Amino acid sequence: MATTTPAAPAPAVNRPKRRWGTTAVGILILAVMLFPLYWMINTALQPESGLLEVDPVPHGLDLSGFSSAVTEQGGHLLTSLAVALGAVVICLAFSAPAAYGLAQFNLRGAKTVVFGTLITQMVPGIVIANAMYSAYVDLGLVNSYFGLMLADASLGIPFAIVLMRSFMVAIPREVIEAAEVDGAGRLRTFVQVVLPMSRNSLITAGLFSFLYAWSDFMFALTLNTTDHVKPVTLGIYQYIGAHVGDWGSVMAASVLSAIPAAILLVLAQKYIAAGITGGSVK
Amino acid sequence: MSITAAAPAATADGITTAAVAPDPARARRRRTLAQWGFVAPAVLFMLLFFGYPLVRNVVMSFQHYTPSTFFTGKAPFNGLDNWRNVFGDDLFGKALWQTIVFTIGSLVGQFCIGLGLAVFFNRRFPLNGVLRALILLPWLVPMVVSGIVWRRILDQDTGVLNSFLGLFGIGHTPWLTSTHMALLAVILVNVWIGIPFNMVILYGGLQEVPREVYEAASLDGASAWRTFRSVTLPLLKPVITVVLVLGFMSTVKILDLVLALTDGGPADSTQTLGTLTYQNSFVQLDFGAGAVVGNILILISAVFAVFYLRANRNEGK
Repeated sequence: MATTTPAAPAPAVNRPKRRWGTTAVGILILAVMLFPLYWMINTALQPESGLLEVDPVPHGLDLSGFSSAVTEQGGHLLTSLAVALGAVVICLAFSAPAAYGLAQFNLRGAKTVVFGTLITQMVPGIVIANAMYSAYVDLGLVNSYFGLMLADASLGIPFAIVLMRSFMVAIPREVIEAAEVDGAGRLRTFVQVVLPMSRNSLITAGLFSFLYAWSDFMFALTLNTTDHVKPVTLGIYQYIGAHVGDWGSVMAASVLSAIPAAILLVLAQKYIAAGITGGSVK
Repeated sequence: MSITAAAPAATADGITTAAVAPDPARARRRRTLAQWGFVAPAVLFMLLFFGYPLVRNVVMSFQHYTPSTFFTGKAPFNGLDNWRNVFGDDLFGKALWQTIVFTIGSLVGQFCIGLGLAVFFNRRFPLNGVLRALILLPWLVPMVVSGIVWRRILDQDTGVLNSFLGLFGIGHTPWLTSTHMALLAVILVNVWIGIPFNMVILYGGLQEVPREVYEAASLDGASAWRTFRSVTLPLLKPVITVVLVLGFMSTVKILDLVLALTDGGPADSTQTLGTLTYQNSFVQLDFGAGAVVGNILILISAVFAVFYLRANRNEGK
């Protein structure tokens, strides 16, 4: 990045010096904000420090913390991945048609549904868990992958509906009518015309519901009573309860669990930008 | 979907393909039904996952749950016993007070710093976009994981924060182990988590303010602070309301972070309504008592939502 310094900001910049000064302040702010994440990586690379003070920079590339994290938490990471992917599928399967219906059909009561969707934000997760636990016991969904996927999907559905609806409203009615004139049924129009046109909002909604499900701790904690289904958030939490001294591998596991967030940040940034411009152009 | 099997639907199907003018009322009803087919599954899902728990919690708060309830299926109604027990316990008042302090402290901290950063990033400078994107990271990392990382940082004897403060002669602060400090420490960590969200939304709001407004204000000779206070802030008001309401909703029900940092301790000094609900239901297995605290939590959120909606409506007039 430093190599492009003199050339990049050249066009239409009045006081380039002062602006790079602002950039320096910005970098400082970022450094302060990201320090805890740096410290997480730093601690992960010093597994020998145990309960001692951690040095400001790692001495070398000691990956033994990571290897024990993979041994301890590898399975839980895979569980997280499976549950989060399942939750995304469920979330999109329910929310995409609903978003389309609310956006394009003049349904009486659509406003009430949108309002209700917004209001769901108000219901605390622990209250949901409190009531759903006994329902899950009755339905045999406790300690099941499917049960946790369903619960995690609920974290993303309201957001996904609101987001995709705001994009699908912008699809011109003529496009949909043209498809229907060509003999496509409602469902085919939705699958072959509407979904491809809303690709960006679909991806954005999917990314966010993945992140919600991946980050979930509360449903994993409350809707599981055995070790059968244990995502990495729950795995790390229980691990520090049992192994107070082994911070190196705890932090290494934390680093691994933060990777999807880092990857999705880069991807989502792009899709959110694409989605917003795509929506506002219409 | 089962409707297609019914007789009237079958005939109606024949009519549409034959393009004979159908009974308009029935056709319209059929169309409406098919259209609701798109929306209904999601509505049903939300009713199950958000509506049902609201009702069920109210019922549960009048039932006597014991550890054996889930084997026997017996949870007899016990009137107001759960409510009396919860309100009679000092821990409830303590958790309520700590929830209020936690929520207000977190919101003030997140909002002020988030607004400051939004204003900062509203200037044009190189790498602005990259820095703004990266600053989102703390918000995207799972909250339990953030909590655990901070637990290490805040460690009294070997944590890096105390090592750093030690350079300025500040003694070893028992961040998470003192009943006086723990709530403050949890608030500080939550402020850190919430800053990116506040910043992004407020930044979006600032971007909507037309540049000409600033130009006009500076032509009138208004100082930067004056412009900010009497031009920017009023224009930003709707966004501020949104960010505070969403912040409130997610802060008041806090659970993950507290469990990861302190497990509600030491001596219940970081217990909130969220953790108390969890403790009652999933640790003590007294789901009735958990439901009582959960209902209070919903009530607080609902009151706040009503105020919010009313404020919005008045604004529209």
